[in-house]
Amino acid sequence: MLNPSIFRVLRAATLAVALISVAHANEGMRLQTASVNAHDLVSLQNGAKLFVNYCLNCHAASYMRYNRLSDLGLNEQQIRDNLIFTGVKVGELMKVAMDGKDAKEWFGVPPPDLTVITRSRSSGAGSGTDWVYTYLKSFYRDDQRPTGWNNLLFENVGMPHVLWQLSGQQQLAVQEFKSEHDAHAALIAAKSAARLDAEVSMNGGKEERRYKLRTLQPGAGTLAPIEYDKQVTDLVNYMGYMAEPMRLERRQVGTYVLLLLGVLFVFAYALKKAFWKDVH
Amino acid sequence: MAAKNKQPVVITCAGPLNGVASGLLTWVDQRFPLMSNWRDHLAEYYAPKNFNFWYFFGSLAMFVLVLQIVTGIFLTMHYKPDASQAFASVEYIMRDVWGGWFIRYMHSTGASAFFICVYLHMLRGLMYGSYRKPRELIWIFGMLIYLCLMAEAFFGYLLPWGQMSYWGAQVIVNLFASVPFIGEDLSILIRGDYVVSDATLNRFFAFHVIAVPLVLIGLVAAHILALHEVGSNNPDGVEIKDKKDAAGHPLDGIPFHPYYTVKDTLGVVVFLIIFSIIMFFVPEGGGYFLEYNNFIPADPLKTPPHIAPVWYFTPFYSILRAAPPMFNSQFPGVVAMGVATLIFFLLPWLDRSPVNSIRYKGPLFRGAITIFVVVFLILGYLGTEPTNVWGQFGGWLGNADRATVVARVCTIVYFLFFLLMPWYSSIDKCKPVPERVTC
Repeated sequence: MLNPSIFRVLRAATLAVALISVAHANEGMRLQTASVNAHDLVSLQNGAKLFVNYCLNCHAASYMRYNRLSDLGLNEQQIRDNLIFTGVKVGELMKVAMDGKDAKEWFGVPPPDLTVITRSRSSGAGSGTDWVYTYLKSFYRDDQRPTGWNNLLFENVGMPHVLWQLSGQQQLAVQEFKSEHDAHAALIAAKSAARLDAEVSMNGGKEERRYKLRTLQPGAGTLAPIEYDKQVTDLVNYMGYMAEPMRLERRQVGTYVLLLLGVLFVFAYALKKAFWKDVH
Repeated sequence: MAAKNKQPVVITCAGPLNGVASGLLTWVDQRFPLMSNWRDHLAEYYAPKNFNFWYFFGSLAMFVLVLQIVTGIFLTMHYKPDASQAFASVEYIMRDVWGGWFIRYMHSTGASAFFICVYLHMLRGLMYGSYRKPRELIWIFGMLIYLCLMAEAFFGYLLPWGQMSYWGAQVIVNLFASVPFIGEDLSILIRGDYVVSDATLNRFFAFHVIAVPLVLIGLVAAHILALHEVGSNNPDGVEIKDKKDAAGHPLDGIPFHPYYTVKDTLGVVVFLIIFSIIMFFVPEGGGYFLEYNNFIPADPLKTPPHIAPVWYFTPFYSILRAAPPMFNSQFPGVVAMGVATLIFFLLPWLDRSPVNSIRYKGPLFRGAITIFVVVFLILGYLGTEPTNVWGQFGGWLGNADRATVVARVCTIVYFLFFLLMPWYSSIDKCKPVPERVTC
């Protein structure tokens, strides 16, 4: 009899489709895109200012030198006057005074070095700047956490929301859905950072699937939400620059190299043609 | 030829300093086999005139080898093989060393380019039967080069001291620990410590910058000497030395220099265009050439959730994972991985086909080689992903990871390609082989 085996194949096929769609629903959090412009010096300078004011107190950027910021159109005096608060020389690395052991005690983990953090956070889901951008927009109030803060993208993170005065205190809002379609519609309609997780439970031998959508309610900060987004964009723009300060230079050199190779190709091709015309 | 019987070297083309140059060359040639080597390996080394696209990758691999050695020398001038300084010194090269990023990206892109060239070069050999009599030894030297290259890449990958460097090395060295009886001692001998540490970094540095490259260069020389002894194969797989003109030169052969020197120069330029697009515009190669996790400094206390080797090892890594553990030991996987690499050595004796080239081989061999390439690519892809990448089968298949099942099937097919070769290659319906090369 052929029938049972056909059945099995059909069942496997439908199961495969179902599992793949569940895997999609299960992807958790989509990254928001940071519209950064690596050529925008004003944005980069503002990002550098935000970075040294808000990040550099706990995080180091210990592979980056202050005077490298001359890439951003600043001279050494401007860097000294506006961006160095620790009195170090302009040629020094962006170290942090906080002791690693203390940091571990206060936050659970020592804050990571941020020099190349956007490169390490790149993935198939988006660039590293997108990740940091989404991260900085995903903090919410959580009294269960020692710092009073939690994060949708990086759950139970040790870091408190350093920019809270700017953004205000976001609150968590949870919605539950039975239908995957409704959950996705709500996810797409969400105005804040949003995380969708599928939960499977067994109810009397039957599989039950529920979808939990977590969104954030805005709080009142000193900046309007759109202004806050702009500031965070500038900050991650700077962090993207800091992770690879030679990025623009490498593209520029690359263009010249390709032009040169193009010329070389013409000559190499002509030479080959000339030598090979008597073969065959 | 004895030195005193040698003819003086005469440069025939017009030029103002020909007299001086000829005199100098004559002086050297009477003391060193300069002209005879020039003739044997370049000016009068007759190569088949019908080399196609696939024949670029040998010279390209050699070009990349030179590139890696030269950029490597400059990197060692600034790199610190010290667990507390290695990661920072790489960033120092990228930022503070003049042209450092250029050299480092060239070296990191070059590592992947080397494997791309070598894999295509090996596939060429597989397609046109370049491993067959009398070229078995060329193939064996080539395989030894490939093994050296794997060692070189493995040792080199630890040096940036990022998370993937560290945990990749940890995983690979632990494989040796699964060898029965001597495994534990062996892995400690390799690491120089109980975990991957500063001692490991220092010895891997020594292997990467001097020990393996020395062997590699020696093997490349042997590979080329063996090739020039028996002559090059070609896409038709016919022996050009069988048909010679009155002067004793193969009718279908042309001198390597200038014909193939100019052709390979063109190949190098095209290669450099593709290489530059990657190196200057996408140096991470989408996370395959420079893994994103490797921008996190090595942390012995924090195991990354997903450890994958660099792409060029992933087909073998897949085979390692596919083999089921026995007696709680990964050893069967290690053996499978080792055999999967070493089995290539046997190719010259596994292929029993009456013809060399895929052009004249029958449907069985053509089908087998196509399936093999597809399986190799699938295994390569799966090796970069966690085993749950495609989800699980239903309960009636024991909830097995789909990717693992696919990897197991691919592993079996991989080995069948080699093990069944004596059979399918000998019963295959081959086409008649032409007398001389076609164009």
